[in-house]
Amino acid sequence: MTESKPNSFRNQPDDRGHFGQFGGRYVAETLMPLILDLEREYTAAKADDSFKAEFDDLLEHYVGRPSPLYYAPRITEELRKDAPEGKGAQIWFKRDELNHTGAHKINNCIGQILLARRMGKTRIIAETGAGQHGVATATVCARFGLPCTIFMGATDVKRQQPNVFRMKLLGAEVVPVTSGRATLKDAMNEALRDWVANVHDTFYIIGTAAGPHPYPELVRDFQSVIGREARAQMLERTGRLPDLLVAAIGGGSNAIGLFHPFLDDPSVKMLGVEAAGHGLEGDEHAASLAGGFPGILHGNKTYLLQDDDGQITEGHSISAGLDYPGIGPEHAWLKESGRVDYTYATDTEALDAFQLLCRTEGIIPALEPSHAIAAIGKVAREMPEDAIICANLCGRGDKDIFTVAEALGVEM
Amino acid sequence: MTRLSDSFSRGPALVCFITAGDGDTAANLDALVAGGADVIELGMPFTDPMADGPAIQAANIRALGRGTKTADVLQLASDFRERHPNVPLVLMGYANPMVRRGPEWFADALAKAGVDGVICVDLAPEEDDDLGPALREKGIAPIRLATPTTDAARLPMVLDKSQGFLYYVSVAGITGKQSAAVADIEANVSRIKQHTDLPVAVGFGVRTPEQADAIARVADGVVVGSALVELVATHGDKAPEHLRALTEKLANAVHSAR
Repeated sequence: MTESKPNSFRNQPDDRGHFGQFGGRYVAETLMPLILDLEREYTAAKADDSFKAEFDDLLEHYVGRPSPLYYAPRITEELRKDAPEGKGAQIWFKRDELNHTGAHKINNCIGQILLARRMGKTRIIAETGAGQHGVATATVCARFGLPCTIFMGATDVKRQQPNVFRMKLLGAEVVPVTSGRATLKDAMNEALRDWVANVHDTFYIIGTAAGPHPYPELVRDFQSVIGREARAQMLERTGRLPDLLVAAIGGGSNAIGLFHPFLDDPSVKMLGVEAAGHGLEGDEHAASLAGGFPGILHGNKTYLLQDDDGQITEGHSISAGLDYPGIGPEHAWLKESGRVDYTYATDTEALDAFQLLCRTEGIIPALEPSHAIAAIGKVAREMPEDAIICANLCGRGDKDIFTVAEALGVEM
Repeated sequence: MTRLSDSFSRGPALVCFITAGDGDTAANLDALVAGGADVIELGMPFTDPMADGPAIQAANIRALGRGTKTADVLQLASDFRERHPNVPLVLMGYANPMVRRGPEWFADALAKAGVDGVICVDLAPEEDDDLGPALREKGIAPIRLATPTTDAARLPMVLDKSQGFLYYVSVAGITGKQSAAVADIEANVSRIKQHTDLPVAVGFGVRTPEQADAIARVADGVVVGSALVELVATHGDKAPEHLRALTEKLANAVHSAR
């Protein structure tokens, strides 16, 4: 081990919320005292057995955890067909798409609403892009009887009508945001504007492992149930650790949730998969690490899609959940430290992978993990047959069937 | 004596904000000076102005939509400095455009353009290293914000390494929306002044000469932004005469408290 390598990759962030040069607390002064309160409250909650007990109980009986770890034989065989002799790793999936509400997002929402209650907050706000985090937030608000306002870009409101209706059924108010390009980042701006005006009673449930400290840390911790379960399940089923973890990345909460418990297992390699949209050569992608530069947005320093003047450019992906011009700061740090590799998959590759999983395993994945599956298609053939790849199937595809139909030219 | 300290030394000062690249910015700036503004605050447009209300958000979008670049903002500043050698000019904006080419580059460019101070909305004192040292090195004042949520325990940290003046945000919220009660403002300003010799200017939600008059009696400065920016939105190239008229009324109100 060289001197520059940290003793552990699992002890970030530092006490100022920094992951190396990334992370931090870049917010308006009005929010700073609240952010500091949240940090104090989260530190206390972590040390409180009753908080953990309530979180675990809800995950088990309300969310449906642990989610299964599934060996996927037919996609494994399918990918071996093109592989050289003796190559073609085993593909395993962590089935977080089977969670209540259909994605990993609910893990984090359960944790944050428990924090909100602990802090005596009586109103919840959240941003959403595709609507999955909005649905998960509206769900926990219904469960705990708290009023809930979801900010959603007007463009996304139009293209995600089923999720808008779900949120309303669950009792949430959905506010269409018309500023900017009317997508996820504008929804986040508007949520921050609401929060700054209602700090006294409002808790902001951020949906990904980004934003000002302590959000990246606490979202990671709540999502780490994915990796803790996967690690224990893999050891129990195979007696060993996986060789490679793969997860899709928008903000990066499902990926950090899977990766973090394995970061200090040197034999386990990790691959995060960004959305390359129509390809990295133009502007129509959402790959902040591959095509962006470090900068400051939404409370943290991280890789951002931006121009030479530091103006934020809009991401594009067929998957609305990956369509964000930034990435969680811990991923930025894990990239620079070399612990995790990052790659990307285009819209077309994700669509192909989506259909492959449908046909081979009888699982309709969301478009987000379809990006991870696309990347697996490339790396599995380079790995020996006894190697194990574990990917996070972080959401189910019911929400995406209209988008996929349109992309495939099918009238519904 | 700096341009900033000089303008506050004459009694309550009027601080006027407009967004760079919105309308005929040079003519708009001249109108503010002609109307009696003591300090000019020039907004650097940003795609994601998350502390701003609808009026200033729209101004940012208009400015960027017309292709306003950082270089244009700097040019507007240095041209202003040539025309108005004694009027303090402060840039207000968000961290990312300010640090994009590195804090030293930015501080150097501001020094050359004759800018006196910087208000960076989303740079908390905790993250001062990203810009503060480079600004102070070049003699440009990092102007911090205090808010109704900044409690006594936190105030010293906000004031530490703060220069030029302290910007007291009178409401917990975004620019241009609701207004605070003068009694609350007075209590907070006097609380802050116990901890600092810096002038305290009050902004967010100040729109009328009546409000400006009342606040000038309890603070060292009054900041008006959204009401001016709305005039630019409404009147376009005809904005200067309207800006000058409103600024005159505001300046009379503020200066009458001297």
